Amino acid sequence: MRLAFSKDDEAFRESIASWLAENLSGKFEKIRFRGGPGDEHMYFDERRDWEYRLADGGWTGVGWPKEHGGRGLSIEQQVIYHEEYARAGGPGRVGHIGEGLTGPMLIAFGSAEQQQRFLPQILAGKELWCQGYSEPGAGSDLANVRTKAVFDRDSDRWLITGQKIWTSLAQESDWCFVIARTDPNSRGSRGLGFFLVPMDQPGVDIRPIRQLTGTSEFNEVFFDAAACDADCIVGEPGDGWKVAMGLLGFERGVSTLGQQMLFQNEFNEIVAIAEENGAASDPTIRQRIADAHIGLRIMRYNSMRTLSGDVGDGSLEKSAMIYKLYWSTWHRNLGNLAMDVLGPEAEIAETAPYDLTRLQSLFLFTRADTIYGGTNQIQRNIIAERALGLPREPRPATD
Amino acid sequence: MEFRFSEEQQMIRDTAASFLAEVSDSQAVRQAMANGAGYDESLWSRITEEMFWHAVHIPEKLGGLDLGYVELVAMLEQMGRCLTCSPFFSTVCLGVNALRVAGTEAQQKKYLAQIAGEGRTATLAWTGKGRRWDAKSIDTTYTLTKDGVFLDGRLHYVTDGHTADLLIIAARENGSSGEQGIGLFIVPAGAGGVSSVALPTMDQTRKQATISFDKVQVDAADIMRDAGDAWPLLSQVLDLARIATAADQTGGAERVLEMTVDYIKERRQFGRPVGSFQAMKHKAADMMLRAESARSALYYAACVADEYLAGRGTDVMLAEAASIAKAYCSEAYFFNAGCALQMHGGIGFTWEHDLHLYFKRAKSTQQYLGDASFHRERLARMILDAPT
Ligand SMILES: Cc1cc2nc3c(=O)[nH]c(=O)nc-3n(C[C@H](O)[C@H](O)[C@H](O)COP(=O)(O)OP(=O)(O)OC[C@H]3O[C@@H](n4cnc5c(N)ncnc54)[C@H](O)[C@@H]3O)c2cc1C
Repeated sequence: MRLAFSKDDEAFRESIASWLAENLSGKFEKIRFRGGPGDEHMYFDERRDWEYRLADGGWTGVGWPKEHGGRGLSIEQQVIYHEEYARAGGPGRVGHIGEGLTGPMLIAFGSAEQQQRFLPQILAGKELWCQGYSEPGAGSDLANVRTKAVFDRDSDRWLITGQKIWTSLAQESDWCFVIARTDPNSRGSRGLGFFLVPMDQPGVDIRPIRQLTGTSEFNEVFFDAAACDADCIVGEPGDGWKVAMGLLGFERGVSTLGQQMLFQNEFNEIVAIAEENGAASDPTIRQRIADAHIGLRIMRYNSMRTLSGDVGDGSLEKSAMIYKLYWSTWHRNLGNLAMDVLGPEAEIAETAPYDLTRLQSLFLFTRADTIYGGTNQIQRNIIAERALGLPREPRPATD
Repeated sequence: MEFRFSEEQQMIRDTAASFLAEVSDSQAVRQAMANGAGYDESLWSRITEEMFWHAVHIPEKLGGLDLGYVELVAMLEQMGRCLTCSPFFSTVCLGVNALRVAGTEAQQKKYLAQIAGEGRTATLAWTGKGRRWDAKSIDTTYTLTKDGVFLDGRLHYVTDGHTADLLIIAARENGSSGEQGIGLFIVPAGAGGVSSVALPTMDQTRKQATISFDKVQVDAADIMRDAGDAWPLLSQVLDLARIATAADQTGGAERVLEMTVDYIKERRQFGRPVGSFQAMKHKAADMMLRAESARSALYYAACVADEYLAGRGTDVMLAEAASIAKAYCSEAYFFNAGCALQMHGGIGFTWEHDLHLYFKRAKSTQQYLGDASFHRERLARMILDAPT
């Protein structure tokens, strides 16, 4: 075990830090520290420009392999990249679904043509993506999707019909990846296909849903014979579940370390308030601040273990499997701590009618962290069944 | 950066696991904990003569293995899994650490060589009676006279204090207070004026004693570094010992999870394994989250300890990593042991079942050298009260 970074890696740290210092300034000054979870609707146009700036500098897809246009950074350098990005106050990336999910999914499962068609556009920040998994009847039980995909021989295209819900940033996206049923007689995880569907077409109707924050990052999306080309299916009809699950695995990658630096920024903000308003002398608040600090440090050590690879006793998989449950719970507690540090001030919003402060958004939005991407209960089921080998939950007979 | 065991470290862990499976099973533990010493002499001889573990991080030139803290915690984790009863912790994690951190060159040469070569045991005694683990708890005094240094007072909660050959004592200069006036001294257990009383403990796998000092004269050569100003050194020794304790806790937290998972897969009620009930599954998942996170905190702290012992890291980094590990692992072990008892039902409440041994060790190690609240407050001082 060795904690220190090599000289090369430290030199790399210099280069990304100075690039950020130079570029994240001027017109981008106001989007520093903005656009994270709960704040994703803010400064969208400016953040899109920032995505182009990053792309010009070659700072998108840093972990993608070189042959797919990425920077092919080592794990260490990816860690450094994400650390420096967050330290500099780099704004929430408008292209994060494409870069973090669609890209790795296509690299793993897509055809050469699909890779050539889509990857460069993601790297350039030109095409944004959203995730069309959940439906009214298929949340935790994702395999219960009803949306249908029918191949139309006349037009040589797939036609998608059904309803998706909770689709984040659909209103800003050019493409959506959709799981839909290719075999109308199938049930459960069989008979599904994985589709790449353009959003700008008459068959797609996007209706914003207002969240408890008052804002609308997510939407209902209605597909009414929405079309995508014959080659916009990833894998074969029937492979949808495999691709969908593979994609979820990418959510636990290196970018988690970048996320942790955002958490660190939030934590620092709360500490600064506590020092200023006297909460820092309240013994219970002190305990909770220290507890949050411990939790965040260990989150990092967990990731470092995951990223450093297996140790031959299966513990790699375990440290990866607890990740979502761990961070979502920690973050939710942080939101609560923020309110309790603020005291009565916690109630006062930024401006009328309902423009919330950053910490109010944190408090409210972290309630979603324990729901999306597999709820905490589903995470516990997965850990118990896959890591500990306990009996599986009852499932429909088709499985 | 490489945050995983090297192949050699894996080998050390695996060797420890298989050796302990043989010599430290439930029966061996129960026998050792019931004898007066609290350990089995022949096992200690095997550890010191065959395995040479006690010399794990003693420098090579003094006859040690010259390995690091990561190797040490790899062994301790396995001992925690097996509830191993031995003077390993007191000798290596208190004695050797104290000598390495606060010993003069001559003291290291003499005493580390004795420990490495002869398997002599050692411990650290520093607190008075009470519930604190800070400098204020030190109330044994030392007095400088023209005839030399004399120690007076009573030291409590001394791990293996009734069996250790070598005592390392923290005392304060008569009339001093707080972190001022602290000195460290080496005293052979048989010195005149020293008497120790073994105490019955709830956790029978970790023995404690009270040691009384009545005008005990200390040889001038046995006054350790920075006498009168040794609190920072003692504090670093304690931090190293906290990391070692966290290793024991991590091993225990993992082991009770395994025992529980095995049991709830087998035990059937309502016509199915109790492990199929979601209330059980979710508790087991929460236990795994804690066991895995405890490991991460532990391994990180061990790396920091290595840096510190190599003269590269600072005492502040050591303190932070130790407090994080001790706070987290203490709660993780106790949480897991408590859940394990509940999930075993009545059988877990019996003397015959080993769970109570883990449950008690979880509580005793949780208190030892500061519980989670103590360490959170210590961290809060670093985060909130540090001068900016
Ligand atoms: C802010 C936000 C953004 C989102 N963005 C997207 C997106 O971009 N794309 C997308 O496809 N989806 C998105 N989602 C949807 C998200 O993935 C689902 O909300 C989630 O999977 C839970 O499904 P559900 O809402 O139907 O809840 P349900 O599945 O109905 O769950 C209700 C409750 O029952 C519990 N439960 C369900 N099954 C079990 C079980 N087997 N054992 C124990 N407890 C169980 C759950 O834990 C939960 O507490 C988003 C959600 C939120 C809140």
